[in-house]
Amino acid sequence: MDAFTQLEAMTAPLDRANVDTDQIIPKQYLKSIKRIGFGDYLFDAWRFLDQGTMGMTPNERQINHEFVLNLPQYQGAGILLTRDNFGCGSSREHAVWALKEFGFRAVIAPSFADIFFGNCFKNGVLPIVLEAKIVEELIAKSNGDFTLRIDLESQTVTDGERVYDFEIDSALKQKMLNGMDDIAMTLEEVELIETFEAKHKTSQPWLFRG
Amino acid sequence: MIMAQTLYDKIWQAHDVGQRIDGNSLLYIDLQLLHEVTSPQAFEGLQLANRPLWRVDANLATPDHNVPTDGRELGLSGIKDEVALTQVLTLDDNCKKFGVEQFDIQDVRQGIVHVVGPEQGATLPGMTIVCGDSHTSTHGAFAALAQGVGTSEVEHVMATQCLVQNKAKNFAVEVSGTLAAHVTAKDLVLAIIGRLGTAGATGHTIEYRGQAIRDLSMEGRMTLCNMSIEAGARAGLVAVDDTTIDYVKGRPFAPKAEVWDQAVAYWRTLVSDDEAVFDSVLHIDAAGIAPQVSWGTSPEMVCGIDGSVPDPAAMVDPIQAESAGHALKYMDLQPGQKITDIKVDRVFIGSCTNARIEDLRAAAAAIQGGRKADSVKEALVVPGSGLVKAQAEKEGLADIFIQAGFLWRAAGCSMCLGMNPDQLGDGEHCASTSNRNFEGRQGYGGRTHLVSPAMAAAAAVAGHFVDVREIN
Ligand code: SF4
Repeated sequence: MDAFTQLEAMTAPLDRANVDTDQIIPKQYLKSIKRIGFGDYLFDAWRFLDQGTMGMTPNERQINHEFVLNLPQYQGAGILLTRDNFGCGSSREHAVWALKEFGFRAVIAPSFADIFFGNCFKNGVLPIVLEAKIVEELIAKSNGDFTLRIDLESQTVTDGERVYDFEIDSALKQKMLNGMDDIAMTLEEVELIETFEAKHKTSQPWLFRG
Repeated sequence: MIMAQTLYDKIWQAHDVGQRIDGNSLLYIDLQLLHEVTSPQAFEGLQLANRPLWRVDANLATPDHNVPTDGRELGLSGIKDEVALTQVLTLDDNCKKFGVEQFDIQDVRQGIVHVVGPEQGATLPGMTIVCGDSHTSTHGAFAALAQGVGTSEVEHVMATQCLVQNKAKNFAVEVSGTLAAHVTAKDLVLAIIGRLGTAGATGHTIEYRGQAIRDLSMEGRMTLCNMSIEAGARAGLVAVDDTTIDYVKGRPFAPKAEVWDQAVAYWRTLVSDDEAVFDSVLHIDAAGIAPQVSWGTSPEMVCGIDGSVPDPAAMVDPIQAESAGHALKYMDLQPGQKITDIKVDRVFIGSCTNARIEDLRAAAAAIQGGRKADSVKEALVVPGSGLVKAQAEKEGLADIFIQAGFLWRAAGCSMCLGMNPDQLGDGEHCASTSNRNFEGRQGYGGRTHLVSPAMAAAAAVAGHFVDVREIN
């Protein structure tokens, strides 16, 4: 997994609450057996006026020039600012793959949906929870040349003037900082798992069909 | 003294392997359900890293998300969409390669994973279950801790049989009283989500408790737990009772003979202790719930059939008002419009929420000898599994649907998410028994109204929403 230490990038505001993963990446683009190729379809129904299909490039599409991510001033943004409960709905990890491929390495919101939040950490995308009031201020300041600097080690977000602290689970933080692979980490506990499994098989034998 | 435990605490404890080096807990997983959309990348990751599947017998697969619901007799050649076909073939290949049991597209046991698991008795009380699908919460009806996970976690479970997780908080939804006639588990769960909001239970596992829950059948409990994720919960649970045990008994994967007795003795302990403390509690009176209809683009945007579309201008919370405003524009509805005045263009009866036999019985009964209204372009009935389909045909339900002008199809997710050819057209209103009314979920520009099976069937006949309590 890609590590995440620091990021200095322009912000783009997505001023909506409850943005669900069906919006982040619509179902017609889940027809793939790969982890790549989703960035062109991020927020597809909002970015484009026509209905696309997998394989079409943005050049072939009808752009919705009013949608925030299509405004000239937000091109190249790397931090998404949004509202409560971002990433709710379907568990599709494709939502995180699409955000990352599009160029977002961090998302800041007052709250996130659980599964989406976990999926971010599997892919080196940092979800940051800040108070609603602060997010509101940052959204108001996001005019196209507003940049934020995120430092995971010190758990801070700064706009050059003010510094905002954020909380993060220490284990998740270490994993992100070092870009560690979850499976490899868990496999270091093979003995623990095998011991548990043997005991479990004795107490609930009906759970083992093999 | 042992601390009083909730049902969730007990299942967690029984699967807590210990801590990983970084301090996170490892939770042992008893069953992983696999389907064609979220498993290919996980199988690929496993192979690239040259890792074996930890426990082959803890996996069960079936294609469901993008299989077409007509032309099933053609088997694989009935899948016209090439990429969908690739996904189904990839699942086939992976299952063969790794030795995973699969109910393939031509197997009568094929169907929506969350219908198939319980039907086969693969879902058992006290289990931990994962699937790369958020509606895995369905299996919580059996007092199984069932959670939806992303593809990386699917791969993690394949490789280690564990999930890295911290324990969630306990949420009790206490439902007292009795549901009125023709008011179902679907109406109950929609009413609960309306009260809690789509993030109301984030970070929690919900246990549904109280008389109204005890009165529900297993199928009703599955409908209820299915939509727990729509309130933001990690999982939903219902404690074990006779209803649970009677349902599981005799199913193909269920334990037999003396192992059965041993299992039942353990399952009986899967209830919260009397003194157990919950971090949050919601009380709701079942008697006050009317059949529900969603009017917006989030499952919390819901009201009774006797109500009307709310006015965003009258909402106190500015963010809520803005969301409602967006939703009304997308749905093309007016503030104050009566729910019964909303016309329906298509009807979808299906999905892991409401495609079991009881759902189909309720829908067929609500037709009341009527016919699909001419103004309704299509009323689609998609059973949750091949076995549900066969049962419905045997009971004569299929004939009722067909005579009423409904389309009778083969099992799959179908128009719940419209990955296959069953989709809503731009701007069409749909009475749907599925679980999500997100923008474009059932088809580009489609407008979904979530309802119970009886409400959907009645709307198909009337051409607009009607109160099922009145037509009976
Ligand atoms: S029926 Fe719908 S919600 Fe259920 S598993 Fe299929 S797509 Fe997901």
